[in-house]
Amino acid sequence: MLTPESLAQIDRELTKYPADQRRSATMSALRIAQVEHRWLSNELIEFVANYIGIPPVAAYEVATFYNMFDRKPVGRHKLTVCTNLPCALSGGADAGKYLQQKLGIGYGETTADGRFTLMEGECMGACGYAPVMLVNNHSMCNHMTPEAIDKKLAELE
Amino acid sequence: MTVYVKGVVFEGVDFDDPNSWKLDAYVARGGYAALKKILQTGMTQDEIIAEMKTSSLRGRGGAGFPTGLKWSFMPRNFPGQKYLVCNTDEGEPGTFKDLDIIVNNPHALIEGMIIGGFAMGITVGYNYIHGEVFEAYERFEAALEEARAAGFLGDNILGTDFCFQLHGHHGYGAYICGEETALLESLEGKKGQPRFKPPFPASFGLYGKPTTINNTETFASVPYIIREGGQKFLELGKPNNGGTKLFSISGHVNRPGNYEIPLGTPFSELLEMAGGMRGGRKLKAVIPGGSSAPVLPADIMMDCTMDYDAIAKAGSMLGSGAVIVMDESVCMVKALERLSYFYFEESCGQCTPCREGTGWLYRVVHRIEHGQGRPEDLDLLLSVGANIAGRTICALGDAAVMPVQGMLKHFRAEFEHHIEHKNCLVRGY
Amino acid sequence: MLEIEIDGKKLTVPGGSTVMDAANSVGVHIPHFCYHKKLSIAANCRMCLVQVEKAPKPLPACATPVTDGMKVYTHSDMAVKAQKGVMEFLLINHPLDCPICDQGGECQLQDLAVGYGQSSSRYEEEKRVVPNKNLGPLISTDMTRCIHCSRCVRFTEEIAGYQELGMPGRGEHTEVMSFIGKTVNSEISGNVIDLCPVGALTSKPFRYSARTWELSRRKSVSPHDGLGANLVVQVKDHRVKRVLPLENEAINECWLADRDRFSYEALNSEERLTKPLIKQGGVWQEADWQSALEYVANGLKDIVDAHGAGSIAGVATEHATVEELYLLKQLFAGLGSHNVETRLRAADHGLKTAGATWLGQSIVDVATAEAVLVIGSTLRKEQPLLAQRLRQGVKKGLKLSVVNPHADDLLTALAGQVVVRPDQLVEGVLAVVKAVVDAKGVAAPAQIDLSGVEADDAARAIAASFADKEKTAIVLGNVAQQNPRYAELYAAAAALAELTGAKLGVLGAAANSVGAQLVGATGAGNVFAEPKKAYVLLNTEVEFDVGDSLQALRAVQGAAMVVALSSFGSCALEHADVILPVSPFSETSGTFVNMEGKAQSFNGVVRPLGETRPAWKVFRVLGNLLGLENFNFNSSEEVRDIALAGDLAAKLSNALAAPVAVKAQAASGVVRLGEVPIYQADLLTRRAPSLQATVDGAAPQLKANAATLARLGLSIGGQALVKQGQGDAQLAVELDNGLADDVVRVPANHPLTRALGAFVGPVDVTQA
Ligand SMILES: Cc1cc2nc3c(=O)[nH]c(=O)nc-3n(C[C@H](O)[C@H](O)[C@H](O)COP(=O)(O)O)c2cc1C
Ligand code: SF4
Ligand code: FES
Repeated sequence: MLTPESLAQIDRELTKYPADQRRSATMSALRIAQVEHRWLSNELIEFVANYIGIPPVAAYEVATFYNMFDRKPVGRHKLTVCTNLPCALSGGADAGKYLQQKLGIGYGETTADGRFTLMEGECMGACGYAPVMLVNNHSMCNHMTPEAIDKKLAELE
Repeated sequence: MTVYVKGVVFEGVDFDDPNSWKLDAYVARGGYAALKKILQTGMTQDEIIAEMKTSSLRGRGGAGFPTGLKWSFMPRNFPGQKYLVCNTDEGEPGTFKDLDIIVNNPHALIEGMIIGGFAMGITVGYNYIHGEVFEAYERFEAALEEARAAGFLGDNILGTDFCFQLHGHHGYGAYICGEETALLESLEGKKGQPRFKPPFPASFGLYGKPTTINNTETFASVPYIIREGGQKFLELGKPNNGGTKLFSISGHVNRPGNYEIPLGTPFSELLEMAGGMRGGRKLKAVIPGGSSAPVLPADIMMDCTMDYDAIAKAGSMLGSGAVIVMDESVCMVKALERLSYFYFEESCGQCTPCREGTGWLYRVVHRIEHGQGRPEDLDLLLSVGANIAGRTICALGDAAVMPVQGMLKHFRAEFEHHIEHKNCLVRGY
Repeated sequence: MLEIEIDGKKLTVPGGSTVMDAANSVGVHIPHFCYHKKLSIAANCRMCLVQVEKAPKPLPACATPVTDGMKVYTHSDMAVKAQKGVMEFLLINHPLDCPICDQGGECQLQDLAVGYGQSSSRYEEEKRVVPNKNLGPLISTDMTRCIHCSRCVRFTEEIAGYQELGMPGRGEHTEVMSFIGKTVNSEISGNVIDLCPVGALTSKPFRYSARTWELSRRKSVSPHDGLGANLVVQVKDHRVKRVLPLENEAINECWLADRDRFSYEALNSEERLTKPLIKQGGVWQEADWQSALEYVANGLKDIVDAHGAGSIAGVATEHATVEELYLLKQLFAGLGSHNVETRLRAADHGLKTAGATWLGQSIVDVATAEAVLVIGSTLRKEQPLLAQRLRQGVKKGLKLSVVNPHADDLLTALAGQVVVRPDQLVEGVLAVVKAVVDAKGVAAPAQIDLSGVEADDAARAIAASFADKEKTAIVLGNVAQQNPRYAELYAAAAALAELTGAKLGVLGAAANSVGAQLVGATGAGNVFAEPKKAYVLLNTEVEFDVGDSLQALRAVQGAAMVVALSSFGSCALEHADVILPVSPFSETSGTFVNMEGKAQSFNGVVRPLGETRPAWKVFRVLGNLLGLENFNFNSSEEVRDIALAGDLAAKLSNALAAPVAVKAQAASGVVRLGEVPIYQADLLTRRAPSLQATVDGAAPQLKANAATLARLGLSIGGQALVKQGQGDAQLAVELDNGLADDVVRVPANHPLTRALGAFVGPVDVTQA
């Protein structure tokens, strides 16, 4: 279910841990699988569990506990806005509202063309850069004023 | 964002230079000198720990535990594997200092960890990095590569017998993994659920082995202490509050950002450094140590100095040093609703009072904010809070209750007004 | 030892105790949900909070280690306030459905709520609703009731050995579940029902069939494997409604295997017989007991008169009681015959020992040994609870290893594993003997010829696990006992035991395997090899209880008279001439002697169904009708006292009565590995619909490793035709890379494979 490149990445993560502690790589393995497939289907979770060598339900626990994992299909770009208090004081909640209006969707929804999914996030540890928006889990965008949001959305195909 | 430096972690870092994080730049500003000093002058483990104790460095992760003391707890002659773990799972609302350390000066952290490994006889370390700042994880991995290539990290460091392996490990969206035992569970590839203590990590940590865990800023302060001496670090701050500390200022100030200043600096000065209140509005309240610290009203805050003891005396906590500044436009009910939602959302769900109680708190505050509050709700909140606090496995339970208690202590009238009039005294954030 | 005080009571406890342990030791009850003495400490429910002097906060008793001089208050203001606070939290999202909850009356939450709850709730928000899960045919869920104690999850991981349940999700969205779409398949899964303190996990077969307080509780003993698990059988209106464990730390601890727990369904099966039947002109006619018994007595007598006492045989399984087997044997002796046999699945009857073969020590001793070698056993399916016990032993340092014709996962770490063809088990053990001989630099024991035997790494690992150990054991499982070279295998194991100083043991396959030997209901050998004129079958279904079922079936079909003493119709109705309805274990008193040689007597828990009679009474009357001496028993106790008279322990012996020469042989060609599926083992499990609906009850498949499948032209998921002797069977094909080359694993004693022959032997396999 995963490309040789993804498997090689997982193998690299595995080298970080003692040989009898393969389970430690579960989170990165799921992350790598999600990057390849954009979301974690049950089959994919089971595949990763078998690859690591843990019971499927143990991998499923991990996939459901950490909220950057997506267990439903998401749009081509997942946008997560932090609306927690420190960010909200500097426009985080407003940025979220602006995105909702602009994309015509609510939090947790995907645009009809499958381009964007919008999520409300918790503190990302970047409150000083508020408003902050995380694009596809791994790319943090700072100071997301309406203009900055417009510009960013235009860049994302 | 602004970074203001009058301290040790960012000393000499050029924030405008995209290469300032790199090994060459770090070495040029005195980096890895502390490590060389240890390995080349034959500084002993005891001497290092003594230096750490002299420095009076207290853990920068929130609990403020003296680092030298923590290091001395580690069973140094334990025959099996031991682990050193760095906590970069910074996710406490208001805190964003560790992100800046990793992005701008990762080698200070790496050097600090290597020294810690040497001091405690540990050969393997991990740095657990908050998933949301994935670029910082990648930056850290890149810095590790540099350090390995230069012989500062890995086998036979600087040609000695000393070996230390260090790896990055990322989270993927769970605040609770900042709690040290949840972090260990997560590092083992499980749900991040805190462990009951005792046993403490020093005897039963990662993979059941003795483990020491410190915050990023704590480790990043170590090279300076070893290089310049503990006494010098201590003198930067004040007794029992040694050194300088990073304060993350967010909210209604003109220049949110990280400010590395001596402990004991008056809050009013810090506020000034941050450019003062945005739009010239009046200061209403401050959460001085991250969202888990009780809120303090403006007048109390303006009399405080920024150090562990002073803030504790004022009835709050310095915590991780996250200063959330709120002006008069903030509705405290709404602010509390958002914070309560955070703890409800982030509770790991393992223990009963936290799992059930955080939801209860949030729902009641939510009701009040939405005009459905009842007069008895405020006492109910305090009573439910009292049933959570001190009865949970980890401190997230307490963390969820502190904002409620702080708000009701200092801003009860605003809540009562909300309940009575079904709307707000102020316009909201 | 530490001195402490609990609620003013002074006591001393060993270091390492928790406050909960200490309180339990003096009978102070501290309320709790997540704590369970057999599971790891989770400290997550927080119900056990107590006050400890000098501690600023209440501490969880289950997780707080005792320190010297500690003063604990379990009922102080601080403690009670904390406990009540936790109780309130547990109840805010718990449904108020006690009236329809199966746990009602035995719910720990309900019980404690009475003491610690408030009469009305301060929680006015909407209650949480959690979707139910399908965990399979045994466990029913009402997940809204779950209080997240995680006992069930810890059970699957720690006791059952594989985490089948988990708690995905976070915060209040955490839910207990299996991986999506998977059922819980452990052979000891039902224990989570007992562990669940609320009504979240309940028994599916029992669901809604009675309220707990209407049930009377009676003690009994499990009639299945040789462990002899102690039971509480719950009864209403003279029917068995439910079976629970009766705690016995030395035997089953607080657990039951699923077949101990759920096989009771068979007791209420539609197939139960209630009246004697005689076949006349090919048609079954109901008869009264007197006529039926006279018919049998006369019939047997006539056949003996006409053809000699050698022409009749008495057949029973080792699931029959001591009393039944003793009287069966006496009845035959009275008729001049020694043809009574209970070891029906044995292929080699040549082994002679000095006494009844048994475990050689107590169950506890085996589980607490330093090294144990299991030879020829699909242990989890043969002895589910013993497998569990060994798993716990491994956690405490036991080195467990196996010599097996497969590599089935014991869900625990193995110190060594030798995998061989089923006809090469002897050679597998010889390899270990060789490794020990080499390591010790001693000569091979007499009678053991090691020429041509090589010790490989696996054999050496096993040998090493025994080195320098004091307390060790070597045990033989069902697969070994059913092996066509059992005597040789046993002798090789005995030699290994002698070399290593280990105790040799036999894992009694059935509830009364040891008892059957003690009363002499074995020794006739294969009574089907040369067909007899008459067979008396006691609760024996030849297709399913006999090793070479095809041969047995032919013999029975050709007999002049077949008397079936049976609790159930079906098989009996097919082959018998007379049927006498007899009691299953629940309707008679009796005794089983378990694998450790412990005789456990029990009473009937319900009265016999219809005109059913206990078999021991039937034999007694038959004895009387035949005018036999010493057949005047008034109670089963009288029978038992004679049957088991004397020093029981002295009659147990695993010593070889005569030396057996052992020599390695070569083997080739495709060979069958036949085993009895766990839920085909006896006539009760065969008739428990819920057990049959489990994964273990599913239709058997033919399994082989990839190379063998390729050589045989079989593909996974396809169909295979297996021919053995004159019979054949068609099975789906599955991969099992734990098998040696040329081994095809074809389960036995199953409706799909009843036409096949010996468990181990050559077979022809082709694509169907
Ligand atoms: C809910 C919770 C969240 C925490 N989050 C963090 C965190 O993000 N970073 C951190 O360093 N410590 C965090 N801590 C504190 C750690 O448990 C631990 O005390 C700290 O990492 C120790 O390092 P120090 O001694 O250097 O401060 C948290 C604690 C709790 C209870
Ligand atoms: S289902 Fe029962 S045993 Fe399992 S966690 Fe819930 S309450 Fe506990
Ligand atoms: S998350 Fe720590 S007690 Fe709930």
